[in-house]
Amino acid sequence: MNPQDNRKHGAINPDTLAKERMTTWAIPASVLIMLATAALSLGIGSTPVDVLAGLGDWLTGAATPAALIIGDIRLPRTALALAVGAALGLSGAALQGLLRNPLADPGITGASQGAALGAATVFYFGLFPQLGEMAPAAAGLTGAGVALILMLWLAGSAQASTVILAGLAISTVTGAALAAVLNFAPNPYAMQELVFWLLGSVSERGLDHLVVLLPALLLGGLIIWRQRRLLVALTLGEQVAQSLGLNFARGSRQVVLGAALLVGASVAVAGNIGFVGLIVPHLVRPFVGYRPDRLLVPSALMGATLVCAADICVRLLPPGRELKLGVLTALIGAPLLFWLIWKERKQWL
Amino acid sequence: MAVIDARQLKTRGLDTQTLTPPPSLSAQNLSLDPRLHDINFSVNAGQILGIIGPNGAGKSTLLHCLTGLLPHTGRSHLDDTDLTALSPRERARCMGLLPQQTNSVWPLSVHDVVSLGRLPWGDNDTTAIANAMRATGIETLATARIDRLSGGERARVWLARVLAGQPRILIADEPTASLDLYYQQVVMDCLRTYANAGHIVIIAIHDLALAAHYCDQLLLLQNGVSQASGTPADVLTESLLSQVFGVPVHVDLTAQPPVVSARFHRPVA
Repeated sequence: MNPQDNRKHGAINPDTLAKERMTTWAIPASVLIMLATAALSLGIGSTPVDVLAGLGDWLTGAATPAALIIGDIRLPRTALALAVGAALGLSGAALQGLLRNPLADPGITGASQGAALGAATVFYFGLFPQLGEMAPAAAGLTGAGVALILMLWLAGSAQASTVILAGLAISTVTGAALAAVLNFAPNPYAMQELVFWLLGSVSERGLDHLVVLLPALLLGGLIIWRQRRLLVALTLGEQVAQSLGLNFARGSRQVVLGAALLVGASVAVAGNIGFVGLIVPHLVRPFVGYRPDRLLVPSALMGATLVCAADICVRLLPPGRELKLGVLTALIGAPLLFWLIWKERKQWL
Repeated sequence: MAVIDARQLKTRGLDTQTLTPPPSLSAQNLSLDPRLHDINFSVNAGQILGIIGPNGAGKSTLLHCLTGLLPHTGRSHLDDTDLTALSPRERARCMGLLPQQTNSVWPLSVHDVVSLGRLPWGDNDTTAIANAMRATGIETLATARIDRLSGGERARVWLARVLAGQPRILIADEPTASLDLYYQQVVMDCLRTYANAGHIVIIAIHDLALAAHYCDQLLLLQNGVSQASGTPADVLTESLLSQVFGVPVHVDLTAQPPVVSARFHRPVA
């Protein structure tokens, strides 16, 4: 429209075409990587076992040692690691999109602290005995939900910076309450057990734990998936999202609810597995053109892969006292956080 | 109040004899206590309505009421359709908002930003997106990252995002703020072309000379109250502007380009 437009722009970056192609391949590629990691996880352990034969025996109900090792130990452990990782990766991607803050993670919102407090309370005060195995998970979900509701109530209009401050406040309160629960633990062994549980692990858990986690993963994932249009519209701010006909107030509550389900269930089943929800979306973002909606599924897949890979590392470490999975992810995740902040800082220089 | 000028008739290829009334937007008694009181106006397709007034006069509030972002009393109709009764999504298909300040949190590609305009329609209409990018002259930037563009280029992208939704009413809040002379003209030309294609354009604008040149109608607000409305010649008078803005104003609408500016108290040393 401006024939004499002498202020035309430079040439198109040649990288961009390659990037378009990467976006298309993001999901199939992450599925493949995840499956490969899962297969590796089934094959690695203290005893060498024929994985396929073991799986076949387990499925047909033959009581061979291989069936026992694969079906009762490695399969639940692998499946749990994948489910926990997917829940954390997805909730991190959703919350970062909602709060429009690349440093938001489920821990920052107070959800995981709430879940830990809920589950720990059940462990030591024996609440909900009628729920049996489901009790810590149910209490974890409740804890995460209560923490998030309190946080949103405190944050009010859900302005991103207020949400983070409110989350910090709720984290502090739940952290203090958790310390009180530890303080009044019935005996030193109980306290040690609780602390180890809080450090986060997917070992010594059965398929019934998966029964708790999977519905939460599916439901939470579905709730968040339905708000993907809101998440991408929020890239341009609340006003634009609303002017595009999206209901910000309802949608943001749904995203928070979905994230609470995911984080609550995963913390309730596996304890605190830190940094996955924070780091995974950053690793995925460049491959999906930074779009918050396209980020969701690959983040879940990448989260699953990372937690599963970290669990393989835990098993490869020399036998003795097991390094807890949550400790390992924190040890790996913390330097990545340093790198993120460094990168962020350079943008302003 | 709804005046159709000759330029518009020419561009739309209409004959005055066989003219049927073009679709029009009318607002009655729009109020939001205490920021806005009983605002009335009507504007026809093909026209640009400029909302002018001092800072804090309620320009943005009025635009946000129209788009349904703020609760308000009063009605607005597009022809016979009651806009206030539409669902948020139907309303979003009908009117697009270009906010005063837009920022992209994530470094999306220009194409992805523009395609956000299709969200109310739930599709990815490639023709609409391509047309919007062509109208704003950003086709060559399609794959560029938004954070690597200059402020002027970004302004075109934000405008293209709204155009991609093909709204019958385009509402822009100070679309030329913080743009240089060249991009002010680019953006205003785009809006003029969009209006000429049979759409309604409503803008809040501080640059009264630009308003005089591009707008068909003006609405002057002060403290949430309408002070005057009509053609630029009706509204942009020295006495009215001096009274509303609280500074002596010099107006010469016969000049090319029109001049509306404050008279300085004393020369700068």
